[in-house]
Amino acid sequence: MAILEVNNICKRFQDNEVLKGISFSLEEGQVLSIIGSSGSGKTTLLRCITGLETADSGSICVGGRMTFDSERREKLSKAEKRENQLCTGLVFQSFNLFPQYTVLRNVTLAKELLVKETCRAEKCDKKEKKARLAAIEDEAKRVIESVGLSDKLASYPCELSGGQQQRVAIARALMLSPKVLCFDEPTSALDPEITGEVLAVIRKLAEEGRTMLIVTHEMGFAREVSNEVIFMHDGVIGEQGSPEELFDRPQSTRLKEFLSAALHA
Amino acid sequence: MFWTVTQSLLKGFGTTVEIFGLTLLLALPLGLLLSFGSMSRFRVLKWLVKTFIWIIRGTPLMLQLIIIYYGPGLVGTWAQGLEQSNFLVDWLASWSVFDRFVAVIVAFVINYSCYFSEIYRGGIESISRGQYEAGQVLGMTRTQVFFKVVLLQVVKRIVPPMSNEIITLVKDTSLARIIAVYEIIWAGQSFIKSAGLLWPLFYTGVFYLAFNGLLTVLFGRIEKKLNYFRG
Ligand SMILES: Nc1ncnc2c1ncn2[C@@H]1O[C@H](COP(=O)(O)OP(=O)(O)OP(=O)(O)O)[C@@H](O)[C@H]1O
Ligand SMILES: [Mg+2]
Repeated sequence: MAILEVNNICKRFQDNEVLKGISFSLEEGQVLSIIGSSGSGKTTLLRCITGLETADSGSICVGGRMTFDSERREKLSKAEKRENQLCTGLVFQSFNLFPQYTVLRNVTLAKELLVKETCRAEKCDKKEKKARLAAIEDEAKRVIESVGLSDKLASYPCELSGGQQQRVAIARALMLSPKVLCFDEPTSALDPEITGEVLAVIRKLAEEGRTMLIVTHEMGFAREVSNEVIFMHDGVIGEQGSPEELFDRPQSTRLKEFLSAALHA
Repeated sequence: MFWTVTQSLLKGFGTTVEIFGLTLLLALPLGLLLSFGSMSRFRVLKWLVKTFIWIIRGTPLMLQLIIIYYGPGLVGTWAQGLEQSNFLVDWLASWSVFDRFVAVIVAFVINYSCYFSEIYRGGIESISRGQYEAGQVLGMTRTQVFFKVVLLQVVKRIVPPMSNEIITLVKDTSLARIIAVYEIIWAGQSFIKSAGLLWPLFYTGVFYLAFNGLLTVLFGRIEKKLNYFRG
């Protein structure tokens, strides 16, 4: 069974129909890239999948868990909502790190809050709590090391370059081990010279078998890292297939035009 | 003479500091509540709070002070003169003037809550949506996002306007004199009548300056402390 199933998602803002029935699925350990021109609804789709936006109709299933279903009538409890939220992770175009915290704290904060809550619920003693928090810190250090920022643990976001900030953001998302990790143009806010370091981290994650959904304008990267590519146009999936199929043998004129524009940009 | 004057002024200054401290203590949290109201999703509440803030910010504090001090008494007298008698009328008839000091505190707290709430609102609304969304996708609750992510950033942004407002509050306490609360200006002024001395009134300025100087240093420290991050 697919780890992510998106069924017939529609979303409109007032009378602007942004998503007009999007369906696709993603297998565990695969990387799916979404390309498409500006305004085609890529960001909106990611936001619906990650729960930042509520779709008007359709359903989303992550790891067998219905995280969104427009047919659902009963109200979700807070715990269920959070459980749904934690199924997916999102890396923003603009990083959105917490400026007042160090790199380490940015990465540990959310998990720490979670663990503190479970400790309270389970009424575990101080020693147990301390051990769990220490484990989080160790884990965070490992994750930060994996994005190559071990020497920046105590730095604040304002002291880092854009590329470094984005790598912290990736570590922060990884820390909660989402079943599907989504990226919304992770390198668009970066200078061309430093996109490489972020792409290298994502490439490594792909090799480790992370399930990822990547919206990107980097055609070369999409081609190299993805198992499958979706071309979105005007709120629908224009074409879908392997990178070779889409990039070497585009069928529609729209995709051909888009690719040649991207090539000459 | 200098010593007598100083002692007398210090006594008045005690009241000044009391007004200042109590107002701050009550208006800081109340302002936060008002700011939540003015940003509420419930239209009626939002509209009510905004209108209230508009009225309070649009009229002089001195006028509010007078209305709050004399208003209840007037209402009470008026209600006592009414022919009919029911629960509401009886209740209104029981209104009488506040204690002077209480009236001052009530008026100052209402007035400063409104100013503070606008500062809070500006601070809260200036935090980018991305911060809230980043918290949300990390599974934090709204409360956690507010207290763990947003709050300190808001504090950092509102320290400069807040320090302005708080220093204004120190000087505004002199308005209490209008309903004969014995604060420092009154204390200084009383020497004109009793001893024909003008300088004690000038001397009060030293107290204000010293107090505001202290506050300025304090706020400078806070600002510096929060300087370790940008955002
Ligand atoms: N919150 C919103 N309110 C109203 N309209 C919105 C909102 N968010 C997005 N839109 C509209 O939805 C459409 C699709 O936007 P979206 O951001 O999903 O496109 P995109 O494919 O990500 O584009 P880009 O490549 O420029 O990032 C646009 O026309 C945009 O104006
Ligand atoms: Mg976008």
